[in-house]
Amino acid sequence: MGQPVIGRVLAPGSATAPALLLSEPLSLWGGLDPATGELIDAHHPQHGAQVGGRVLVMPAGRGSSSSSSTFAEAARGGTAPAAIVLGEPDMILAIGAAVADELYGIRIPVVVVPPVELAAIGDGVLVTISEVGEVTLG
Amino acid sequence: MPVALADADRALLSGTSGDGAALAMRLVVRAAEAQDADRLIPITRAHVDSCLYHGQASLDFVRRLGEGGAQVSVPTTLNTGAVDLLHPELWRGDEATAARGRELMEAYRALGCRPTFTCAPYQVADARPAFGEQVAWGESNAIAFCNSVLGARTERYGDFIDVACAIVGRAPDAGLHRTDGRRAVVVLRLAADVPDELLSSDVLYPVLGIVLGRRAGSRVAAIDGLPPNLDEGRLKAICAAAASSGAVAMFHVVGSTPEAATLDDALYGGEPEETVEVKLEELRAARDSLSDAAARPGSPIGAVSLGTPHASLDELRAIADELEGDRVDSGVELLVSTGRTVLDVAEQEGVVERLRDAGAELLVDTCSYLGPILRPNALPTMTDSAKWAYYAPGNIGASVVFGSRTECLRSAVMGRVWRDDSLWGSR
Repeated sequence: MGQPVIGRVLAPGSATAPALLLSEPLSLWGGLDPATGELIDAHHPQHGAQVGGRVLVMPAGRGSSSSSSTFAEAARGGTAPAAIVLGEPDMILAIGAAVADELYGIRIPVVVVPPVELAAIGDGVLVTISEVGEVTLG
Repeated sequence: MPVALADADRALLSGTSGDGAALAMRLVVRAAEAQDADRLIPITRAHVDSCLYHGQASLDFVRRLGEGGAQVSVPTTLNTGAVDLLHPELWRGDEATAARGRELMEAYRALGCRPTFTCAPYQVADARPAFGEQVAWGESNAIAFCNSVLGARTERYGDFIDVACAIVGRAPDAGLHRTDGRRAVVVLRLAADVPDELLSSDVLYPVLGIVLGRRAGSRVAAIDGLPPNLDEGRLKAICAAAASSGAVAMFHVVGSTPEAATLDDALYGGEPEETVEVKLEELRAARDSLSDAAARPGSPIGAVSLGTPHASLDELRAIADELEGDRVDSGVELLVSTGRTVLDVAEQEGVVERLRDAGAELLVDTCSYLGPILRPNALPTMTDSAKWAYYAPGNIGASVVFGSRTECLRSAVMGRVWRDDSLWGSR
């Protein structure tokens, strides 16, 4: 286990799951199929990847303002990522997580870490996120 | 730093105005925290995108608001929903899904929102915010238009938070609500090798928007080197494309948008962190990325979709003019999406009749890439919208060919892909 990095908490929760590292930002709307948890944005380099159950690691959120709904719907259906680690804050993802908690009591952590720490997360590495936003690798 | 709340904000949080308003206030506070805002500011209008059905969570949320007695407190327009309430026969999916889409649209109307059901609220005459007005808008293309073209101020509000702001009449004092958040930090300059004919063609603008989104990401950009006083149709095309390929919520176009009379104005007299020269080759590549490579000139097409974002009255007139004396090929479905308020005027003017006579179908309240609306068809669909081209393959499995409005309409009449490559330079 590496030293934990203290992330900024946009939505609290805890999770441990393998990282899915995205080389480009993803809009969950048009990018994540909430029925299957698959990455469906045909323009995205990781098109076809399974997002559900992974710790989604990406530099930023992107695009459509419907992503909060996609996030809450995926949470309801059990196809959401286990957690999201971002390189910069994203209100749309924070709200999606907040609504999943308000409606269903499902808490999916969304945390922001400095870009240099984000770059240290390898694809497939086990990531643990704590209630207070500690991000631990390995 | 915690968000400083006014007494009225705290009263909402404690439930004095009901559980719905308390939920809305909790979300607004959460948004303020995510954006590091230290206070909330009053807003005068809202545009709500949450009325598009994305699954049970959409309905669960609005029911929670409704049962909690919530009502919007500022004039609020609604974005596109899942179905065309005025032309329900255009829906080709199952009735249960349509019913849930309708129920959601009606539930937002019941919260006091105005049933405009358009992604182009800036085309609803009395809903357009004035320069400098603080509002809370959802829908990515509308957000970019509101900030960039109207000079009104909104952050990038998504589902749930848009209606939450409308209910409490407040928004976090952050990002593009603040003057310092609106300064351009990246400059895109059109290179000398971009031909004048391309600069003066509509088809450039959605393609340039794709490049803008890729280059700017979520940063505020200034575009330099375009002809002055671009019309709203071209600016709208940049907005929709840039908010699809990137998280663009505001940009300046020097000589066209209200906060950029000069490049220096857009930069607030400072230096950009990056200057990008946009060459013809990058534009060509962006244009190619919007089309299915298998569809060649002369390939048969099954449909043409125009009006994403919703066509303005000017755009409907232009389509009717271009189709004058022609008839859409019997194998092609030509669908034009617009808002119901624009449709009303177009009907009175006789534009709708001319469009229908030429074989076009009008769609309102929704968009053809949101659900099963186009005729099932293995053939490609042509569109003049970069946003449609960007999202339709993932959303509805469409194969897409991007082209100008003229290319789309001529192809619709011929039944095959027709494109004029001369504008883009020889290869």
